[in-house]
Amino acid sequence: MNAIAAAFEKAAQEDRALLIGYWPAGYPDVDSSIRIVEAMIAGGVDLMEIGWPYSDPVMDGPTIAVAADEALRAGTTPSDVLRVVAAAHSAGAAAAVMSYWNPIEHYGVSAFAKALNVVGGAGVITPDLVVEEADAWREATNRFGVARIFVAAPSSTPERLRLVAEASDGFVYAASMMGVTGSRAVDREAQDLVARIRPLAHTPIAVGLGVSTRQQAAQIAGYADGVIVGSAFVRIFQRSGSLEEAEAGVQALATELAQGVREAGMAEVEEYE
Amino acid sequence: MFTHFGEFGGRFVPEALMEALDELQEAFDTAKADPVFGRQLAELQKDYVGRPSPLTVANNFSEQCGGATILLKREDLNHTGSHKINNVIGQALLAQRMGKPRLIAETGAGQHGVATATAAALFGQQCRVYMGQEDTRRQALNVARMELLGAEVVPVAVGTMTLKDAINEALRDWVTNVEDTHYLLGTVTGPAPFPEVVRHFQSIIGQEARDQVLARIGRLPDAVVACVGGGSNAMGIFSGFLEDPDVALWGYEGGGHGVASGEHSARFSGGSPGVLHGARTYIMQDEFGQTRPSYSISAGLDYPGVGPQHAHLFETGRARYEPVTDDEAMAAFKALSRSEGILPALESAHALAGAMRLGRELGPDAVILVNVSGRGDKDVDTAASYFGLLEGEQ
Repeated sequence: MNAIAAAFEKAAQEDRALLIGYWPAGYPDVDSSIRIVEAMIAGGVDLMEIGWPYSDPVMDGPTIAVAADEALRAGTTPSDVLRVVAAAHSAGAAAAVMSYWNPIEHYGVSAFAKALNVVGGAGVITPDLVVEEADAWREATNRFGVARIFVAAPSSTPERLRLVAEASDGFVYAASMMGVTGSRAVDREAQDLVARIRPLAHTPIAVGLGVSTRQQAAQIAGYADGVIVGSAFVRIFQRSGSLEEAEAGVQALATELAQGVREAGMAEVEEYE
Repeated sequence: MFTHFGEFGGRFVPEALMEALDELQEAFDTAKADPVFGRQLAELQKDYVGRPSPLTVANNFSEQCGGATILLKREDLNHTGSHKINNVIGQALLAQRMGKPRLIAETGAGQHGVATATAAALFGQQCRVYMGQEDTRRQALNVARMELLGAEVVPVAVGTMTLKDAINEALRDWVTNVEDTHYLLGTVTGPAPFPEVVRHFQSIIGQEARDQVLARIGRLPDAVVACVGGGSNAMGIFSGFLEDPDVALWGYEGGGHGVASGEHSARFSGGSPGVLHGARTYIMQDEFGQTRPSYSISAGLDYPGVGPQHAHLFETGRARYEPVTDDEAMAAFKALSRSEGILPALESAHALAGAMRLGRELGPDAVILVNVSGRGDKDVDTAASYFGLLEGEQ
């Protein structure tokens, strides 16, 4: 079984949502990014999304865009990205890559699926690849047992949600709102979207964009199978004075969020009663 | 399924934009078939933009072009000073039809931003223009023009701080505000249907020019030349001649300091196929698929991607593309100014340099149609500084 599917299954058995954490590979440099990722996993992140820094990250708000910029300036290469994936895998988490399309296409679609599989990467999230443009990608990911995760948006029509749900494996990434990455309020829109995807999906559904607190994690865990947190981790690093402080900070946030994804019932009552 | 040009084009966008792109495609298809829209657009083109733009026979400039007959399509004489207004009027009308009261746009040289601010003022739409911080400095006058027209200009201070980053920021805005906002993309790049929509609204250049050339000399030109940044003025004039196999199509890219220097905007001689800003096309990228910064003395050509239909025309050989360096473009800028009394935009100066090169090769019997996509008033600072005319630089 693919490691992502296995992680969701384990979480379901424990009657909780999966905690998915994001970190850009090579930020602030490759070795430090590995230490941060290990701290996130130690804190309770189940599935690590390793960001492949890209020069034109149109789906990212300022927090992650600045981080990607810095990672690129530090000289992060595709093999560095794979190294961080391997480290996440070794640290005991399921590992996926989040990447804009051009770096993958440039690497070679099949070559990348294969290389990822070799280092223990289990899936890829592609924020600017729509299902209609993904024929070669579907073939490559099938061949190498890599889960391909497409994004669903609140604006997606029922027809498009069917397309996204059908083409995704591993999970469906439900964007909580119209917008880019960053911490904000997550409202009813996310829950409505998950409800619309649910009957169409043959995989679990995870909610991302805007999530940063234990309370939000608990609310989302009430209706989704996974909770994705990115910018909140990056911001902790950006506010820290040292790598050690950042490691402690991200681990503490991961621990809190890991509690959140286990408190689904409670938060649901608080929020909606 | 959406439009591709051979293996190029398509849609590489966040899922959140798919609905808006479908909506735009539908509004565009409906409008194109609607005679009321056609009349409305034609009237604005005539009474507001000032079309048809003239065709000028450049007898003096011809001497610099091996004696070839040089015909200038005068898009510089349009309202707001460039071809950009053709597309903007069309898309602003589409936005109105879609019930979207807010326009956003990217701009490099400022011409598209000015044109969008102009249309927004005319149609009572809200307007925000994203512009790389580096470009706001190079084109300070255009920033003021946009603000005078009531638009909000947002300098973009991330990445290379030029057009590429302004597009990123506009896309982020659009993903967030797509419900009430139309992204008025200024060139034939981006996800489908933008390349098709913008080409359609710019194709009037080619239609008019074809008729004008036939009326003037009784035959088609031997070559049609245009500068190519994103490539909308070139697609506009090329589209009138695509089905005329004997008419050679030439696109001139920003050669900057020369392709060998690495400082250029020559996607065809210095780039490779890839995906940028929503489409597969020729782009400037490094060995890992990261976008490489482009460079040109002309802000309007300083972009690492190009319209996907140009990539297709390049691959099929229907059109040919060559870089023109800053120095060649500035020589052509000066030559046209001195010989014809026309100050071209620095972008258009690249096409004029191409005509000089081509004319010398083809000789005095050749007829070359050049698209003068814009006027050079906005570039006077840059040109004055290049030629050492400013105080203290003599």
